[in-house]
Amino acid sequence: MQPFQRLEARAASLQLANIDTDQIIPARFLKTSRSVDHGQFLFHDMRRSTTGDLDDKFVLNQEDNSTVQILVADTNFGCGSSRESAIYALQDAGVKCVIAPSFGDIFYNNALKNGLLPISLDRSIVEIIWETLESANSAQIEIDLELQSVHLPDGKTFTFQIDLFRKQCLLEGMDDIDLTFKYIDTIETHEKFEEKEYPWTRLVS
Amino acid sequence: MNNCPPKTLFEKIWDRHVILTRDDGASLLSIDRHLCHEGSFHAFDKLNLENRRVRRPDLTIAIADHYVSTRFPDLGNETEELRVPIEKLTKNAQNAGITLYGIGSEEQGIVHVVGPEQGLTIPGITLVCGDSHTATHGAFGCLAFGIGASEVAHVLATQTLWQQKPKTMKIVVNDSLMPGVVAKDIILHLISHIGANGASGHMIEYSGSAISALSMEGRMTVCNMSIEAGGRAGMIAPDQKTFDYLEGRKHTPGSSAWQLALEDWRSLKSDPGAVFDSEVSISATEIAPSLTWGNSPEETLPVTGSIPHPSEEIDTSRREALELTLEYMGLEPGTKLIDIKVDRVFIGSCTNSRIEDLRSAAEIARGRKTKIPAIVVPGSTKIKQQAENEGLDAIFKDAGFEWRATGCSMCVGMNGDTTPPGERCASTSNRNFKGRQGPGSRTHLMSPAMAAAAAVTGHVTDVRDFS
Repeated sequence: MQPFQRLEARAASLQLANIDTDQIIPARFLKTSRSVDHGQFLFHDMRRSTTGDLDDKFVLNQEDNSTVQILVADTNFGCGSSRESAIYALQDAGVKCVIAPSFGDIFYNNALKNGLLPISLDRSIVEIIWETLESANSAQIEIDLELQSVHLPDGKTFTFQIDLFRKQCLLEGMDDIDLTFKYIDTIETHEKFEEKEYPWTRLVS
Repeated sequence: MNNCPPKTLFEKIWDRHVILTRDDGASLLSIDRHLCHEGSFHAFDKLNLENRRVRRPDLTIAIADHYVSTRFPDLGNETEELRVPIEKLTKNAQNAGITLYGIGSEEQGIVHVVGPEQGLTIPGITLVCGDSHTATHGAFGCLAFGIGASEVAHVLATQTLWQQKPKTMKIVVNDSLMPGVVAKDIILHLISHIGANGASGHMIEYSGSAISALSMEGRMTVCNMSIEAGGRAGMIAPDQKTFDYLEGRKHTPGSSAWQLALEDWRSLKSDPGAVFDSEVSISATEIAPSLTWGNSPEETLPVTGSIPHPSEEIDTSRREALELTLEYMGLEPGTKLIDIKVDRVFIGSCTNSRIEDLRSAAEIARGRKTKIPAIVVPGSTKIKQQAENEGLDAIFKDAGFEWRATGCSMCVGMNGDTTPPGERCASTSNRNFKGRQGPGSRTHLMSPAMAAAAAVTGHVTDVRDFS
């Protein structure tokens, strides 16, 4: 996993609630291997008209936004299906951080596992960010994970919450399977305990 | 004197699975069951890349469902492209020594139907699967939740997961359901009541007399759509119905362990006075046969309702979102739901494809004729067989429904079964997202009986008019 520490990058607003992972990447692309560029699938149907042409109104189709690395989205972003390909699509299209009032729980976890930072802020703050991005000359946002802060081009600063364990994993780009194996003795002891106390939970084949 | 503070059902299961908790609050949980479907190839690829092996193949089961063709089940799928993920699952399971319920197996079916049916799902365990509808299994009083590909890889490699202890939400549905109202209506109503992210960050426990009165099939329908309310898991305390359902199934504890298990399972309920982070209480009498009209499951109304007017929405962004939804759905404000014409019907999915669902749809179909294309997809090979033994297939076929083989089918739109662009589908599945059933598809979620009623009338229909 790539570490995430600081990011100063162009941001774009996506003001629509309940954008589900089917919108982020439609199911028909899920059979694609990770080695294939998933950026081409990002918001595939959302960013196209019914005739299949790119829709100029969709924010990420606008030329200025070709370098966007931060999305500022609305409530319940990434709800629905657990597909991790939604994260692959965002990452391959260059997105490193999504700010939203709330996220689908599984999407949030998947993002953290891949080094994409999901930042949850009150909707009133997200609205301020949308307004600032609209009115400011620059759409650059700065994010500092160590300080848990978001800095807007007009100088406004907001702090966000993230659990310490996930923060550390992100800062270090830590592989948590390796980390887990450091506890293998404790795991094996616990498994023996469960097998003794709750023997019926072992699978009967 | 007992000094233990009262615990919720969730806390009881959580506590017995915590291997360790770090100072930073992360807990390492042991996982008792891991169900894998075709989508697990990303996780197996990661393991292969990192030269890791599956640590507990004995606690892992592989089941083909997402890509399986309901028309050509023996082939896997009619196209080579759609057969690849199924073949990957077979290969990965064989290499790792994992039991496979794949193409041609009599146990094969939708993973969330097969788990309980084969007794893989039992009270008190932790069960995960790389699929958000894993919440279904919580109907048996276990902690079951969906995970992404990285977490699937972590479970395959370690049989554990890092988790922060989630919040808990108690949802109480008291009183009795009115005639014509079923489990699907309860959960659709609840989602519209608390919102599509109403249970975000929470594990839900459902209780109350209307929940206790549900069959295991009904309880699974309710728990299944916990994710559509934002909750990662839904659970219901096990009771005699749970035990009766499980006894004698293929993987349930055998005779000597059964009594020990029962003793433990009877203790798996929230203690009086146990504290939840939030509580919601409704009366079952408030619930009518319901359906979704928009692109989020929270956009649900009683069948007697009408399409809302965007002009009545004060918030600008919500008004614009509503206009977009109505444009996508091809609906005019003020239209009565019962006047909405339907183009096709899908009865199936992990939400509503069990024997009870098929019986209730067949009851409506019996002696009538469909006006539009309609397919019935049983949740498993075993349910298909049972339905055929009961003559349900004949009722459906006589009425003009197509009787298909099992699989996720038109719920996911990735296996050949789709709703064409612009068409409107009355569906017993769980998601009415834009394009969920195929690009440009328009989905209305409802119960199996309501979907069958739409098939024979060609429009949204109040199932109570049939009784």
